[in-house]
Amino acid sequence: MSEDDTKDNKQGHEDGETRRDFLYLTAAAFGAVGAASFAWPLIDQMNPAADTLALSSTEVDLAPIEEGQSITVMWRGKPVFVRHRTAKEIEEAKAVDLTVLRDKQADSDRVQEGKEKWLVMVGICTHLGCVPAGQKDTDVKGDYDGWFCPCHGSHYDSSGRIRKGPAPTNLEIPEYTFLSDTLIKIG
Amino acid sequence: MGSGNRKKLDNPALEWLDSRLPIVSMIQKEYGVFPTPKNFNYFWNFGAIAMVMLVTMIITGIVLAMNYATTASDAFDSVERIMRDVNHGWLLRYLHSNGASFFFIAVYIHMFRGMYYGSYKQPRELLWMMGVLIFLLMMATAFMGYVLPWGQMSFWGATVITNLFSAIPLVGDSIVTLLWGGFSVDNPTLNRFFALHYLFPFLIVAVVFLHVWALHVTGSNNPSGIEAKGKQDTLPFHPYYTMKDAFGIVVFLVIYATFVFFLPNALGHADNYIPANPLVTPAHIVPEWYFLPFYAILRAITFDIGIPFTDIVLIPAKLGGVLAMFGSIALLFVLPFLDKHPVRSSRYRPWYKWFFIAFTVNAFILGVCGGKPAEGIWVPLAQASTLYYFAFFMVIIPFLNKKEPVLELPGSISESVLNKKGAKA
Repeated sequence: MSEDDTKDNKQGHEDGETRRDFLYLTAAAFGAVGAASFAWPLIDQMNPAADTLALSSTEVDLAPIEEGQSITVMWRGKPVFVRHRTAKEIEEAKAVDLTVLRDKQADSDRVQEGKEKWLVMVGICTHLGCVPAGQKDTDVKGDYDGWFCPCHGSHYDSSGRIRKGPAPTNLEIPEYTFLSDTLIKIG
Repeated sequence: MGSGNRKKLDNPALEWLDSRLPIVSMIQKEYGVFPTPKNFNYFWNFGAIAMVMLVTMIITGIVLAMNYATTASDAFDSVERIMRDVNHGWLLRYLHSNGASFFFIAVYIHMFRGMYYGSYKQPRELLWMMGVLIFLLMMATAFMGYVLPWGQMSFWGATVITNLFSAIPLVGDSIVTLLWGGFSVDNPTLNRFFALHYLFPFLIVAVVFLHVWALHVTGSNNPSGIEAKGKQDTLPFHPYYTMKDAFGIVVFLVIYATFVFFLPNALGHADNYIPANPLVTPAHIVPEWYFLPFYAILRAITFDIGIPFTDIVLIPAKLGGVLAMFGSIALLFVLPFLDKHPVRSSRYRPWYKWFFIAFTVNAFILGVCGGKPAEGIWVPLAQASTLYYFAFFMVIIPFLNKKEPVLELPGSISESVLNKKGAKA
């Protein structure tokens, strides 16, 4: 280091900054980026692992489900309601005036075209995650002929739409496709 | 922590140790001759009692972990095996599960003591804040511990509480997936809860150490709220308070043991003896009793907060409840900065005293509301109680700062003790 450099460092520039300040800042910046890039694996390991993701689709055979019957299947560790709706239920669901709904969604947006009798949805209350009752004939079905969540009293209609109670949105419709007329793949 | 002016010890072995690491001198200084206000009442026992409970929880927890299986398929059965087959397993588990409740009882009394006698005030603000941090860590630890038996209440409690985070706008769902390690509460969730449940008590120990360190810098508050002014106001910690604490601890342990041996499930829920079933939700989900007041605040916000006369919702009910619940604890954290009244003890604050007693009663009402189904009279009652909880911190305390008259303060701790005795004689 020449004498001039030392002098420059000691006296600094007019505004009191020196080259050493720059070195401090770059070192700190590199340190911060390094720490963050090491922290990410530690945090991301908490997200779903590859084997968990691999289980993320499931197939359901619809053939044995009679009209007016529901089944519950497991998909991603959650219950999925598959209901073979009666003509009456479809009629009720279609007849609802959309303006009275909290989460405005037509019945046609919740089923696949031409397959109106099949209602497929995640059986988890959108309030705080309980499983609503209404799958069995003997269950309480709430005030709207659909499902009723006993935890905090949310009522869902025959299209799984929230009608009364604290839940903010309709029961979620998972992504699913008809592989054939009697076989669906969820996820 | 330096050796400072260390006195030479008579025992050569201890002297060898102490001259290298002055641990004997330190204990002598901090727990032997440590000057402690001479007018403590029994409310001052609960710090020591909480410490005993923390140690009890760690010891019983470690031995339970030796017999516990951390997988969703085996956890419930392994707990039943502890209860039926492991030698003294039933005792260890009941000590641990009831110990959590008694730890909270001790800490709640300790906190109410601090609020009644103004222990959080200058210069003990940081001491109080570290206490609130310990309380937060305890709540996280207790919640995760309750999940481990993997019964119905464990599973659905975990589901409801983790779902609270889904109320956060935009990133809520991603956070919930991150907490779960999947798409629902499942094996990965159980694993991480166990790891953290084992870790957090040691974090609590670390913060307790800082809490006690800060206490020994400022010295203890006392029922009169007046600082000790000299030797006439204090007693050496040993034997006066080692004895008084030991007595209080024994009485507390007798009550604790009564529950462990005669009412071991009185504070729990029968539903948690049903194995976790992701397809069936119990009809009535309630947290453990020590969370009920906060659960009541969470559920009290049943309305959306938005711009009046429009459909615009700024804070949906679900988010509002979550914010209120966390806010209720955040207020405890900043309490030393809200209460600027110069007098510490409620003995000499005629107004605060009654508002605080009402606050305590209100906390019990919230607890009862939290345990009831959210319907009928319980909803407006919980809302009114929540309103008082927040008003106490945000309206009443700031109002009293300037307006409250003060009763005549005694000149010193000695004087306050002697006057009281004199009046009775």
